[in-house]
This record gives sequence, structure tokens and C-alpha cells, in this order.
Amino acid sequence: MSLNEDGQDGSFIGMRTDGSPVNRPLSPHLQAYDMLQMSSAVSVLNRATGIAWSVGLIFLVWWLSALASGPQAFADVQWFLGSVIGWVVLVGLIVVAWFHTLAGIRHLVWDAGFGFDMPSTYRGGWLVIGGTAALSALTLIILVRAWI
Amino acid sequence: MATPSLRSQLGRVRGLGSARSGTHHWLTQRVTSIALLPLTIWLVFSLASLAGAGFSEAQVWVARPFNVVLLLAFLGAGFHHTSGGLQVVIEDYVKPDSRRMIVMLLMKGVCALLWLMASLAVLRVALR
Repeated sequence: MSLNEDGQDGSFIGMRTDGSPVNRPLSPHLQAYDMLQMSSAVSVLNRATGIAWSVGLIFLVWWLSALASGPQAFADVQWFLGSVIGWVVLVGLIVVAWFHTLAGIRHLVWDAGFGFDMPSTYRGGWLVIGGTAALSALTLIILVRAWI
Repeated sequence: MATPSLRSQLGRVRGLGSARSGTHHWLTQRVTSIALLPLTIWLVFSLASLAGAGFSEAQVWVARPFNVVLLLAFLGAGFHHTSGGLQVVIEDYVKPDSRRMIVMLLMKGVCALLWLMASLAVLRVALR
């Protein structure tokens, strides 16, 4: 038997009924699932927004460090956040933050044992999407009003 | 793939490492997410209202004891949750074991350093 470089691979080796070995597919498989149905779409977006927010935290660290460092460093961050790229980052982060927060609530509801049937899954998914739009719009209104 | 083996499936996975501490990781993600729920709502709306604030105005806001405590709590729970979440992404997509371990250690190190950096910044503003 050849040496396996990856320990996890061991759990993906299966056997067909005729005894021949086969690599079990990973789930969710991109070719087997329709990625645009509510269940997979929100799940994939939840992970994607989690990763995006991890990167976004760097801007919070930058803002706080600049505030501790001095007026010049703080002016630099404020200049960046006021630029076109800065606005794209800010708006993106607001949407990402609300989506990941609401999708997280959906997961906590599942963990509590509710909402496993298909209608609830779809209703929850639409609530996450609609809630993200509403809360992002509210946050942007507050942000723009504070800015002007 | 090699020729069919007579070893049982259990025998094949034995010794490849335990499932480690999945339940603890799962539970940690839930607990930090519950903590982050009110903290995130507070932080997003607070920072949005601070948009366009000058240097001293922002310093005064951060230095308020209420905000210092909540900021430090957000940073602690936030980076804990972040490193736990990125850990799962790395476990899922980075192969083989050797590279996974290097990427994992780098990610944990960066998360820890950024958390300390941000927390120090909050404390410096608070104790100025």
C-alpha cells in the first residue's frame, strides 16, 4: 500500500459492491448540486462572507491602531475610507457583516432544533437576504448622515 | 488507486489520527457567535455614526469605559470566532497535511497578532 500524504484522504476511500476501491465524493459536490438553490446558496455565501469579514477585520485593526498612533495616521485612514476604493470596502463590509450575522442566527435556530422542513428553510433564507438588504440600507443611511 | 485491499474500512482509517476535538470546536463557534450577536449590532451602528468624526472625537468615543470594555470583548470574541472559522476552511481545502499545518499555524499567528494589536490600540487610547 502506498504512503498516504494526507490523513483525511483515508476517510474518503470506499469500496464498490464488486470490491474495487473508489474515492468517495466530497459534499457538496459542485457538479452534483445546483449551487443557486436556497440551501446551498446561503450556505456558500455564509462561508464566503465569513472569509470576507476576516479580511475586513484588518481595516478595523488599522483604524484602531491609527487612532492610538496619532492625528496624521488617523487622517490617512480617514482619507482611504473616503476614497472610492474605501467606499467599496465599507459598503461591502456592511453587507457582509449583516449577511453573516443573520445567517448565523439562522444556524442558531437550527441548533435549537427548529426550522428543518423545506418551507422554513426557504423562508429563513429569504429573511436572511431581505434582512441583509434592509439592515445594510439602514446602516448606510446612518453612515451618510453622520458623514455629512 | 492500488489493488483492492482485504483490510477492513475501520482498519484503514485507524492510526491516521483521531477526529480530534470536533465538539469543542463546534461549541466554541456557537458560544462566540452568541456573544458576537449583540456586540456586532452595537459596533456596526456605533462605527457608522462615527463616520466623518475627527481624530479627537473618535478618541473620546473609544476612550469611554463602556466602549473600551465592549470593544475589547468584540475583538476577543471576534478574532476567536474568525480563527475558528478560517480553521475549518483550511481543513476543508488545503492539502496535503504538511501544507495544511503550515497554513494553519500562519493563520492562527496572524489572528493572534492582529487581536493583540487592536486590543493594545484600544487600551492606549483609553489610558492616554
